[in-house]
Amino acid sequence: MTSSAITASGLRKSYGDKVVLDGIDLDVPAGSIFALLGPNGAGKTTAVNVLTTLLAMDGGTARVAGHDVVTETRKVRSAIGVTGQFAAVDELLTGRENLRLMADLYHLKDHGVIEDLLRRFDLLEAADMRAVAYSGGMRRKLDLAMTLVGRPRIIFLDEPTTGLDPRSRRTMWTIVRELVADGMTIFLTTQYLEEADQLADRIAVLDQGRLVAEGTPDQLKRHIPGGHVQLRFASAAELGAAARVLTGSTPDEEGLVLRVPSDGGNKSLRSLLDRLDEYAIDVEEFTVHLPDLDDVFLALTGHSSTQEVAAP
Amino acid sequence: MSSDTLIMLRRNVKHTRRNPVTLFNAIFMPIIMMLMFVYVFGGAFDVGGGDYVDYATPGMLMLAITYGLSATAVSVSSDMTKGIINRFKVMDVSRGAVLTGHVVSTVVRTAFSVTAIIGIALLFGFRPNGSVVDWLAAIGVLLLVIIAVSWLTVAFGLGARSVEAAGFLAVPLIMLPFFSSAIVPADKMGPGIREFAQYQPFTSIIESVRGFLTGAPNLGQTLAAIAWSLAIAVFGYVWARSQFGKRA
Repeated sequence: MTSSAITASGLRKSYGDKVVLDGIDLDVPAGSIFALLGPNGAGKTTAVNVLTTLLAMDGGTARVAGHDVVTETRKVRSAIGVTGQFAAVDELLTGRENLRLMADLYHLKDHGVIEDLLRRFDLLEAADMRAVAYSGGMRRKLDLAMTLVGRPRIIFLDEPTTGLDPRSRRTMWTIVRELVADGMTIFLTTQYLEEADQLADRIAVLDQGRLVAEGTPDQLKRHIPGGHVQLRFASAAELGAAARVLTGSTPDEEGLVLRVPSDGGNKSLRSLLDRLDEYAIDVEEFTVHLPDLDDVFLALTGHSSTQEVAAP
Repeated sequence: MSSDTLIMLRRNVKHTRRNPVTLFNAIFMPIIMMLMFVYVFGGAFDVGGGDYVDYATPGMLMLAITYGLSATAVSVSSDMTKGIINRFKVMDVSRGAVLTGHVVSTVVRTAFSVTAIIGIALLFGFRPNGSVVDWLAAIGVLLLVIIAVSWLTVAFGLGARSVEAAGFLAVPLIMLPFFSSAIVPADKMGPGIREFAQYQPFTSIIESVRGFLTGAPNLGQTLAAIAWSLAIAVFGYVWARSQFGKRA
């Protein structure tokens, strides 16, 4: 047995002369959450499609659950579950019928799993409504429940919360954590740094088909200068005083705001506040800005994520 | 039929029952066309003696077959664009089952509309002279045609970029019977159209069925009908399978 759930080396995929994946190496330990972070068009969905046997790769090798995705597709398929970017539920069937369809296709004799999943995902009340009437959050939950009917060991979640409201997003996060607690491995793609940070054990940043960084959320954030503390003062005198004692800060005289680079951690914040105390400087307002995806991109690639060209 | 195909068939039958547009296009539209042509316009057509209903019924059967096809194209395309097919593909469902399920449910649905048309034709005075063997032969030809155009339509549905485009791709198939000997004999049409109507596949199919139902089997047209159907079926099947494998 290998302790890697997913490994890939030198994955390449092009559409015509457009290179979508340009040599990707991955190693996802079993039982962990791995996040592939990147903007639209970075190649996230293509990576998922290649790893889940939907697309043939042009070069490289990949093993999922210990099986080669090219030569042992059936074994790979029986070990994985995939929930794509758009909830792939059958709209003309009810929630229960959708799950039933999956159970039939997996040739499950016992249909107890259907009721369990409906209960677990809080879909019992809506179970006999056609999925076309479901809200976005309910569809995603049903989609994921359908994926779980076959009890996969490895789950691919392609942007599981894109387009969801904040509450449904939190619910989804809780569900994902529970899945890992049950021993599953999660391969997640997302455009939100916060989501990767909240969920993932390891994050890889994908930009224009290449991995530009990989590590734990903490390792990654350490490289990112985007995090800062913003201090607002009542007078220009106080702003000036603070700017003198806090090294590396950038004052904005008009807004009476001072920007101080920070990782947002409690130690650095305490020392910052201590220093202001020491010089008896009053702060009107204090806000911590954590780096977002745009900061990550700027730091790692020198261009912003929104400048990407649109792609599949 | 594999158990996966049966599961898919059951799913598609549920879809048809729950989708009023499908039922309307596939079952009621051909009946309405039948009533229009036979009851409303029929008296004005000169088809060279005999009752118009006797002439028109084989053509109406062809219309009943093609009218349901847009529903199939739309349903396949919607499976494709909404990610359902990808879900099945990563589940190790037998490769052909998704597509075969669509073909079989189209055949079943079309069998209903064809039966309805025959029933209404008989009500309107259709008096076929074919023997039981002729009827079986006619049913055989129709079944082959239905399977052939179903595979072609499934391929259209898989290839379409959107559900709307899929519905549109089926339109030429729906229009083709009008430019065949379905409504009036080809030799009464204008030049250009006449030659097209004489040699297009649906004319052979309709003439073959007409021959059997009137008790005067037309061997040449039947062979042509079988050849056309096999060609369409093989082309549709190969095209559908290749797209199913390629597109993600």
